[in-house]
Amino acid sequence: MLSAMAANDVLSLTPAGLYCRAGDFHIDPLRAVERALITHGHFDHARAGHGAVLATAQTLGIMALRYGENFAGASQAIAYGERLTLGEVVVSLHPAGHVLGSAQILIESQGYRVVVSGDYKRAPDPTCAPFEPIRCDAFITEATFGLPVFRHPEARLEVEKLIASCRLFPDRAHLVGAYSLGKAQRVMALLRAAGWDRPLWIHGAMEKITGFYEENGVPLGQMRKVAAADRAKLAGEIVICPPSATQDIWARKFPDPVVAFASGWMRIRARARQGGVQLPLVISDHADWDELRATVEETGCSELWVTHGAEDALVHWAAQRGLQARPLNLIGYGDDDESVAEAQP
Amino acid sequence: MNRFAELLDRLAYEPSRNNKLRLLVDYFRSQADPDRGYALAAMTGALTFAHAKPALIRTLISDRTDPVLFAMSYDYVGDLSETVALLWPAPQAPERPAGSNQPLAPTLSVIVEQLHETSKSALPLQLALWLDALDETGRWALLKLITGGLRIGVSARLAKTAVAAMGGLDPNDVEEVWHGLKPPYVDLFAWVEGREPRPVTDDPAPFRTPMLAHALDEADFATLDPAEFSAEWKWDGIRVQAVTGFDAAGASVQRLYSRTGEDMSHSFPDLLEALGAAGLGDVAIDGELLVVREGLVQSFGVLQQRLNRKSVTAKLINEYPLHIRAYDLLTENGEDLRPLPFMERRARLEALLARCDTARLDLSPLVPFDTWETLAQARRDPSSAGAGADAEAIEGVMLKRRQSIYVPGRPKGSWWTWKRDPFNVDAVLMYAPRGHGQRSSFYSDFTFGVWREGANGDELAPVGKAYFGFTDEELGQLDKWVRNNTVNRFGPVREVSHGLVLEIAFDGLNRSTRHKSGVAMRFPRISRIRWDKPAKDADRLETLERLLRE
Repeated sequence: MLSAMAANDVLSLTPAGLYCRAGDFHIDPLRAVERALITHGHFDHARAGHGAVLATAQTLGIMALRYGENFAGASQAIAYGERLTLGEVVVSLHPAGHVLGSAQILIESQGYRVVVSGDYKRAPDPTCAPFEPIRCDAFITEATFGLPVFRHPEARLEVEKLIASCRLFPDRAHLVGAYSLGKAQRVMALLRAAGWDRPLWIHGAMEKITGFYEENGVPLGQMRKVAAADRAKLAGEIVICPPSATQDIWARKFPDPVVAFASGWMRIRARARQGGVQLPLVISDHADWDELRATVEETGCSELWVTHGAEDALVHWAAQRGLQARPLNLIGYGDDDESVAEAQP
Repeated sequence: MNRFAELLDRLAYEPSRNNKLRLLVDYFRSQADPDRGYALAAMTGALTFAHAKPALIRTLISDRTDPVLFAMSYDYVGDLSETVALLWPAPQAPERPAGSNQPLAPTLSVIVEQLHETSKSALPLQLALWLDALDETGRWALLKLITGGLRIGVSARLAKTAVAAMGGLDPNDVEEVWHGLKPPYVDLFAWVEGREPRPVTDDPAPFRTPMLAHALDEADFATLDPAEFSAEWKWDGIRVQAVTGFDAAGASVQRLYSRTGEDMSHSFPDLLEALGAAGLGDVAIDGELLVVREGLVQSFGVLQQRLNRKSVTAKLINEYPLHIRAYDLLTENGEDLRPLPFMERRARLEALLARCDTARLDLSPLVPFDTWETLAQARRDPSSAGAGADAEAIEGVMLKRRQSIYVPGRPKGSWWTWKRDPFNVDAVLMYAPRGHGQRSSFYSDFTFGVWREGANGDELAPVGKAYFGFTDEELGQLDKWVRNNTVNRFGPVREVSHGLVLEIAFDGLNRSTRHKSGVAMRFPRISRIRWDKPAKDADRLETLERLLRE
């Protein structure tokens, strides 16, 4: 280590979330602030109403799509790897592999390096740039799936289950609940890679964001928005919709629907059953237990903060490895897009 | 094993019977012998190895994981087998031979066959090797299988129905050969796939598919001639088939089957013994299982206390003396009586019972009538029509065409049930969970209650749950009402304001210690939605309690 600094000297915890005094900015603040660095476009991390926002061009594009062009007083795009001086620190963004445009934030302060991971995953995803491990002194990680029971299977195998079910039940519609930003497009890309070449039917709430992916160079094949009159005719087809829509009045009229849900939570049977899911697909955009541990080790950090998720297990593991680890218990980050009601078509 | 595990996994989430059936048929068609046969055995409860104790599984996992992480995980997941399945660490790299990445997953057959041979002391190591080789779902299924906890919502009957469907057969065709067959059922699959003839079984006491009745619509009377029918009481017990015979060594064998062919003998050792001692010979008797105390037939509620018990104690046997009320004779000493008309079979039954010890076995009496009016009168008031004090255990009358032969299944025009009118109660809707499958976007299960006096004035006591009896259109209206009148949400369940009265029809009432209200309804259904009736005018618990006393 180059200095006697600690993560505390660079970042502090305020009611609005993580704050860097030396650079005078918040990261993914939970309420409106003067200056914000945003890791990615999910509602719980990217909120509207900040004075100034710095993020990747894609994240800014997603925020504009969701909140309108005036989502912040001012915005500035920064490319992956580009270094920018803010006050006394230098910041740069690096791919996090979570969704399109998602980034980790590296803060350098007098040679001391802190990385805020945002949400991330290590599994391959054709819809976004892959995670880049960065060496650092302090690593601020998420731990959504920070329990050793969470080990995600290969997403390819889960999509094969979905296709096999469509073959076995050609008279039933397959409704796949997936978060509108990221998960939905990843499932689409996985289906295409698995050879599903029929048009994919989508809920109106994910139309714009899917178009945005395509404009950003992620080909997803033919899409059709589900109109009310189509529903009864979609036997044997795959319909992708926000998870809440599978339980909604919207889901009626599909022929004997098979309700699927693409989420890391589907690993736990009770979660799937409570959600009325018949075909759980364990596909996650978050690091699983093995990925979390491998990532912490790759960063070479000596200090670990855990922002949200199952903090205690990861902190316990890190402490046993001689790291200085603490849980932040940040309230407000969670189920990606679930907490926010999605616009009806 | 992984394919079987996938099937179990999918079945566990699929609520629809038909869709479960399709999953099962697809599995049986795509899998080879003997794996599919062992799968069938696992689902029909025909596998008999000593189950592993949860303590063994705990020991295995605690040798391999950090206790703190295990505790956090178990706390989160809530199910031991599932936690261990997910938590099980991948085998360490050095244990694998160079060049291979995963030990070969064991087949279901290998697992079942080796479980029979593995000694108790060798089991932990064997189990660990299997767990190393399986994926998460495979480990979950294996742990459920060996701890005896395969709760996947598939009955033995459904699994057999799937096998029958492979060959376009009726499930009863499979039931009739079932008790002579053994896992892995290679001969059964060969038969349903049309490769070999029907398996010949030398079962000395086989099951025969029972004949079932249709429910009588009162409009039917116009077309029916009373002179062509015989009537009996419809007893409120359990339809059973008592079969006695002799095995190859000449030893007498007795069995008691449910109407779906499930062998229930193990639950009724006292009755089996009595049947063996009655001197019946080689016969198959169709009848009703009842509890009879001091000559009095007890209600279904009493019989239920004797059913589905894990251990049959002497106390249970004494307090719930079992009895068979016989109403038909299907075979006698090698002769198949089923092609004979009902009245001839009845005469043979009467003759048989007259020469045997009938302490635990007697004849279902005929109800004399000459017009439908007299029968209607008997149905309304069984006690003055010959049933006396047994009237309480009667739920209507059975009509049998005198000339009808015994046809397995539910033939038209031969047998009818004419049930007593249901009871009705006006109850108030309290909670509504979301339904499943096609009803997953509807609030389609309805918990209702009736008024009783509480500490702070009148309160509702939940007395039952109904999920049918309404039309699709009414379901839409109920769903809308629930959504608009929700006062609280508990996961998928909504609590509603006390404003909607449902007229509930039910067939009977039992005392219950499980329900807070102290009563449990039999077969409750929604007969009408009383949009017009104010909730405060719904019935009170006292009304039900009175019914219970009567």
